[in-house]
Amino acid sequence: MEVFSFLADGIFLALKPVNLALILIGVTVGLFIGAMPGLGSVNGVAILLPITFLVPPASAIIFLAAIYYGAMYGGAISSVTLGIPGASTAVATTFDGRPLALQGRASLALVTAALASFVGGTVATVFFTLFAPLLASVALNFGPPEIFALMLLAFATFVGLGGDDIPKTIFSICFGLVLATVGFDTISGAPRLVLFDIQGFIRGIGFIVLAIGVYGIGEMLWTIEQTRGEITTTNPKMTAKGLASDAKEAVQRGWKGTWIGSILGFFVGVLPAAGATPGSLMSYGVAKIISKTPHEYGNGSPDGVAAPEAANNSASTGAMLPMLTLGIPGSPTTAILLGGMVIWGLTPGPRLFLDESEFVWGLIGSFYVSNVAAVLINLAFIPLFVWMLRMPFTILAPLIFVLSIIGGFAASRSMHDLWMIVIFGLGAFFLRKFDYPLAPAVLAIVLGPIAEPTLRQSLLLSSGDPSIFFIRPIAGPITVIAIILILLPALKLLRRNGRVS
Amino acid sequence: MRQGEISLVGVLALFSIYLMWKSAELPIGYIRGEGPGGGFWPFWLSLGMLLSCVSIAWNWSRGKSPASASDEPLMDAFGWRTVMLVGGGVVGFVALVPIVSMYGAVCLFMLYYLRFLGRHSWPLTLGLALMLPFALFFFFEGAMQISMPQGLPFTQPFFDLMYDIIY
Repeated sequence: MEVFSFLADGIFLALKPVNLALILIGVTVGLFIGAMPGLGSVNGVAILLPITFLVPPASAIIFLAAIYYGAMYGGAISSVTLGIPGASTAVATTFDGRPLALQGRASLALVTAALASFVGGTVATVFFTLFAPLLASVALNFGPPEIFALMLLAFATFVGLGGDDIPKTIFSICFGLVLATVGFDTISGAPRLVLFDIQGFIRGIGFIVLAIGVYGIGEMLWTIEQTRGEITTTNPKMTAKGLASDAKEAVQRGWKGTWIGSILGFFVGVLPAAGATPGSLMSYGVAKIISKTPHEYGNGSPDGVAAPEAANNSASTGAMLPMLTLGIPGSPTTAILLGGMVIWGLTPGPRLFLDESEFVWGLIGSFYVSNVAAVLINLAFIPLFVWMLRMPFTILAPLIFVLSIIGGFAASRSMHDLWMIVIFGLGAFFLRKFDYPLAPAVLAIVLGPIAEPTLRQSLLLSSGDPSIFFIRPIAGPITVIAIILILLPALKLLRRNGRVS
Repeated sequence: MRQGEISLVGVLALFSIYLMWKSAELPIGYIRGEGPGGGFWPFWLSLGMLLSCVSIAWNWSRGKSPASASDEPLMDAFGWRTVMLVGGGVVGFVALVPIVSMYGAVCLFMLYYLRFLGRHSWPLTLGLALMLPFALFFFFEGAMQISMPQGLPFTQPFFDLMYDIIY
């Protein structure tokens, strides 16, 4: 009962006029920053951090958390309308969000994403409220072998659920993982894979470079070539009635994915170093596995939009938990939030809930208020976002190219990376022509920097014995499930061959 | 398509071998007391890429993939022309950035695409090609405080004027 009294105080604090105004501004700013390819919550939070010194710490963190929330909602917008995931957390949203937009159902995709994000964020906040200290201690039990097993599971969902061409999927995963190793060996500090001795590679290859190349350039070229520039989409519904009917359809066809994403996303988000990207990917995979119509996934299934969107919002709330209770940031954005807290004189850790209870509960209260504000503001702006899709394609296409190039530069500040975007784009176009799936490569470049150090640390712990992934109580079952998923296509093939014979 | 698929697999297999060779500049095995060497992870993944290429080539030889069973050309003349004009436009856009600045390159690219590829009217083309760089300037330089490449010195008067406006 004490929890509810603290929570009520927290919500009242968040509803103070100054805090409410900061939430509304933060969510709106975050929504637009998140919708811009190349910019994500980390940019918004980092840029606006200095402004927060003008207000008390509780209001400051509420403002930054509102930007974080808004950007999480906004990530889906560029995935659906432009087909470019603005952040790694929104890659899985493109799988079904983009096909829906191409079918003229962009508003359904955006409404589904908004509602799923709302449910995901709210479920995660309820979990956060009730189980924060308990979950923090569970998350502490996740060492390198457990995190690596989780990464293996994320990759396995691709192989187990990928298209018909498993070798091409495996190639794509390995390619993305190798690209993630370019630059420096994070453990020894030695330069590694400086391709063709071009010095620009020492800085590594960022996720955004590959993602913008593949989706902003490659996919666009492919669309222009396939459709011969004559892209036809039906006029999206722009009325309040149209939005209401989309909302009804989103609830009916996206509830399953929403719940899977909300619950799974939170637990993956809580784990230090895991974060929202594997959470959204796994939720998509699990939603597809248990779906009665898995063939609809990838062709515009509302469940396929709801699962990753609910998961990334749920995980972003979950990622706050290790930050507040243990002082371990689960994502780059929470790392900046952590930095802000330290500057404001607050010490994250187990004692924060006791020593600074007004601050902590004010923040938790703001999660609830921010979520409501974010879903309402997002729904209000949907007509503006779908309006973009009504532009002639010969105007929309150059705008997408410009946003890709300028967004790519904003993210990396390097001409070398701009050329890499173009090279990846042209390469992706030809790979796409021969049915190579490219999403696995994009996600692998995000997960690679988590997977490699955890694998090496695990093998160091076990003196090179790989059985460490099977004998530990948490890592073992996850590894076994991952291996079953990897072998699933082979088993299906054997069964099919058996039936034929 | 059939010829194209095996040629692409060949290129990717060669690239995989190059990556294996490059990874082997760092230790690829287990070092006692230190764990796996720096080249361990990329080397074995590159080997995975190579084995995938072998598997793709095996499927190709049996005509299992749609491309390997197709005698169609990779692209017709229209497709090649589109890719050259659009892809070439993007390459030109990036090449112009260090010369005429990011905003100048955006303006020229929009002019090229809207007028010559999209065949839009001059008023629409000029309106968009001139307004978009200004909007992007205020967003990136003013609101986000992210500086874009300014090109050769001849663009400096433009930037001086714009910075006077935002600061």
